[in-house]
Amino acid sequence: MKSRRKGSGPFIPWSALAPYLWLLLFFGAPLAIVLKISLAAPVMGQPPYTPLFEATKDGIEWLINWDNYLLLLDDPLYIAALLNSLKIAGISTLIALLIGYPMAYAIARAPESRRGILMMLVILPFWTSFLIRVYAWMSILSTTGLLNSFLLWLGVIDAPLEIIYTTFAIHLGIVYSYLPFMVLPLVATLSRMDMTLLEAAADLGAKPWQAFLRVTLPLSLPGILAGSLLVFIPATGEFVIPDLLGGPDALMIGKIMWTEFFSNRDWPVASALTVALLVLLVGPMIALQSARKRDANAETPQARGEAA
Amino acid sequence: MSAPNRPISPLYLVLAFGYAFLYAPIVLLIFYSFNESRLVTVWAGFSTKWYGELLRNEQILNAAWLSLRIAFVTACVSTVLGTLAGFAIARYKRFPTRGAFLGLLSAPLVMPEVVLGLSLLLLFVALDSAIGWPSGRGATTVTIAHITFCLAFVTVIVQAKLASFDRSLEEAAMDLGAKPWKVFCVITLPLIAPALAAGWLLSFTLSLDDLVVASFTSGPGASTLPMVIYSSVRLGVSPQINALATIMISVVALFVLLSGWLIFRQDKARRG
Amino acid sequence: MSAAAAQALSMGPFLRIENISKRYEGTDTPAVDDVSLDIARGEFFSLLGASGSGKTTLLRILAGFERPDSGHVFIDGRDVTDLPPYERPVNMMFQSYALFPHMSVADNVAFGLKQDGMAKPERTARVAELLDLVHLGNKAKRKPHQLSGGERQRVALARALAKHPKLLLLDEPLGALDRKLRESTQFELKALQARLGITFVMVTHDQDEAMTLSSRLAVMDQGRVQQVGPPNEVYETPATRHVAEFLGAANLLDATVTDWGNGMATLACDGFPGSFKATAPAALAPAARVAVAIRPEKIRLCEAGAAADNKLQGTVKDIAYIGDVSTYSILLDGQRSLRVQSTNAKRGSLMPTEGAALWLSWDAADAVVIAE
Repeated sequence: MKSRRKGSGPFIPWSALAPYLWLLLFFGAPLAIVLKISLAAPVMGQPPYTPLFEATKDGIEWLINWDNYLLLLDDPLYIAALLNSLKIAGISTLIALLIGYPMAYAIARAPESRRGILMMLVILPFWTSFLIRVYAWMSILSTTGLLNSFLLWLGVIDAPLEIIYTTFAIHLGIVYSYLPFMVLPLVATLSRMDMTLLEAAADLGAKPWQAFLRVTLPLSLPGILAGSLLVFIPATGEFVIPDLLGGPDALMIGKIMWTEFFSNRDWPVASALTVALLVLLVGPMIALQSARKRDANAETPQARGEAA
Repeated sequence: MSAPNRPISPLYLVLAFGYAFLYAPIVLLIFYSFNESRLVTVWAGFSTKWYGELLRNEQILNAAWLSLRIAFVTACVSTVLGTLAGFAIARYKRFPTRGAFLGLLSAPLVMPEVVLGLSLLLLFVALDSAIGWPSGRGATTVTIAHITFCLAFVTVIVQAKLASFDRSLEEAAMDLGAKPWKVFCVITLPLIAPALAAGWLLSFTLSLDDLVVASFTSGPGASTLPMVIYSSVRLGVSPQINALATIMISVVALFVLLSGWLIFRQDKARRG
Repeated sequence: MSAAAAQALSMGPFLRIENISKRYEGTDTPAVDDVSLDIARGEFFSLLGASGSGKTTLLRILAGFERPDSGHVFIDGRDVTDLPPYERPVNMMFQSYALFPHMSVADNVAFGLKQDGMAKPERTARVAELLDLVHLGNKAKRKPHQLSGGERQRVALARALAKHPKLLLLDEPLGALDRKLRESTQFELKALQARLGITFVMVTHDQDEAMTLSSRLAVMDQGRVQQVGPPNEVYETPATRHVAEFLGAANLLDATVTDWGNGMATLACDGFPGSFKATAPAALAPAARVAVAIRPEKIRLCEAGAAADNKLQGTVKDIAYIGDVSTYSILLDGQRSLRVQSTNAKRGSLMPTEGAALWLSWDAADAVVIAE
């Protein structure tokens, strides 16, 4: 009986079986196949890559091909794209933090009755189509777009600015699209903070900005970390934003993967790029997991208190 | 000096700026969907002609119908699977390979979409050539792909709900004579229903919204709505898309307002 | 043991707990360690102990939520050790009340009856009867969150009583109530139990509660039962150091036996001159190491020349004036001190002041030897 086992046992619980199998088949296996194909050579045909090994009469002959990885290291395009993706994601994350932190702070300090509505307003855009939100910026930023028309009308500029199809536009798109992911964990951390700590700091002679730097900021670090990673990780592999807002020369890894795959039909190189991207992101992903776990641990006693 | 627990006015300014940033593009989009002119910059008078054109656009309508069907199936299947997984990890603190299971559940949450899409496509191709299933790609493969990442989101929501669930409620029901299955149906399920609903809606939205994974895993003749929007948007700003966006945003806003109102009413009933 | 309980037990125990042990996975020490108890029909029995003493685990074993590693539970002569909770003739009142939040008060109370397949009219009548019993007849349609803490507690009680359980388990039933409410509810609970005649087993960490309510109690520590008996017996003759210190605050002096005879021991207390006399029903060998427990209220402040079984000199270190009583901390030999409590029965009566030198005395009958 379930309740008697006290949450541990020698078997995988039956309720885990179906999702476990699903994820092994449709998440684990695909990643293994990517790894495998990244070690194959491209050929014409279906599938357009060589097998990893061949059964010969002497046994199994491995046909491991490191060329795809060598190509990644050799061709400056790929290295540049990887580095550029990290750079763009990093800068965008920083901007999102600078905008998101004050917003989260304001929401967390708002009266509790209003906090729900304010949170809802941050989440609402997330429920509307991502693609359409990026598209909205296209019509604002294009040379014949609203922003340029407005600036021309003001007389600030004489000729339309090239805003769309620049790195700036990519940053803007990423910040805009991922801002809710930054704000939500920050609100969670900040509103959980014990306000009497600030009163205690003030009582002990700290000025408001000192109290902020020495109390609020350090205590909100888990939220900063979680929010930043939630923006940084997907932004690094982003495809739609650089494709629609960036120029044809926008070097981001997600876009290169897409091109290698769909336009060049070079599956092994696309797979090698995928593996490289995963290797780059595995650190941040683990960091995010542990940040979440710590957060969940911090939350549990409170949740219990509420339930009681 | 202002008391630290009173909202400080500059903070409201920050909020106003933040919300303006979030909502201005959406408002402009809605505004220009009613523009007579093709051009964004010119206001040529109020018109609903783009809505009319949209409703005659077979390609978009078909894609929308396909997307809705995929999203519905995705939401249902991933809610069931995610709930099962949520139960397993919330209720069983130790079992063999629990860590691996957790890893499989959390990785899709942060995995870049290109990686997910590409790897699933390679799997489908390999499966097709190995066992002849799925023959070709289309709605089925897109649905499988969507379930894979939506299931992880449902799991997180259900697990969080179960973590704060007071187990003594289940024990009380059992103590009063209800058998385990009955306890689940009469006590547990009704109490975690809000989490299931939230998970279902989130899955539905994520599936409806997805472009990248669908582009990889779909085949000819099965273009989802985001895929059609994308190919149209790549060619530049299109008033029909403005109209489509307005409809989608209205539906979402209506839904959110409705659920917000329901929650508000429930809260009021609870207090009163 | 009270005469009534003894008589009831002589007919065979209603609830028999036989060598129950339970260790949770991943812990080194057992939560319940070889516990055996016999409880008579109609008793109000308390399991008293600090948190982690194993009392709640034992209660959960009785309810069927935990399975013991070894041992048996018999209810009314039937072995229920392997029965799941939903097949036991036992109901429980939970510490958190565990009221189903999505059901009305009436539906909560009716839940168990519904599981038994009781017909609707019968059920409605029984629910009405129970709600009247706990004075909540007018709140049947409310949801639990619309009730006060005291009302919720009564719903939980009504729900647990609905099925006429042979045995009612109560997990800190008054723990969530504030102090005033707790006192009045205590008496209601006791009256109800007497009226219904159902056997109650209560878990509590509150000694006042246990003493007030129970016909008998068991003091638990580290998974073991330290002592079982009626409250006054356990209080007056603690069997272990732990019981002496947990139930009230006894003074404990380490001592060596010099002589024993006729239920009376003569002792040499470590660090104090002279010999002391204390009650010791069981025979003690000379030179055995023991402890002497003396309750603070049994010690008198007295004159130097007063005659007494046991006498010590000391100075007043601290006074806590509580109103009805005062508690003094009397420093004895420069290091150790004794707690002394005396009633402030007469206004303006002479009370010692801090730093005053005085004598303490107590009767041999009031000092109890605890064998190590």
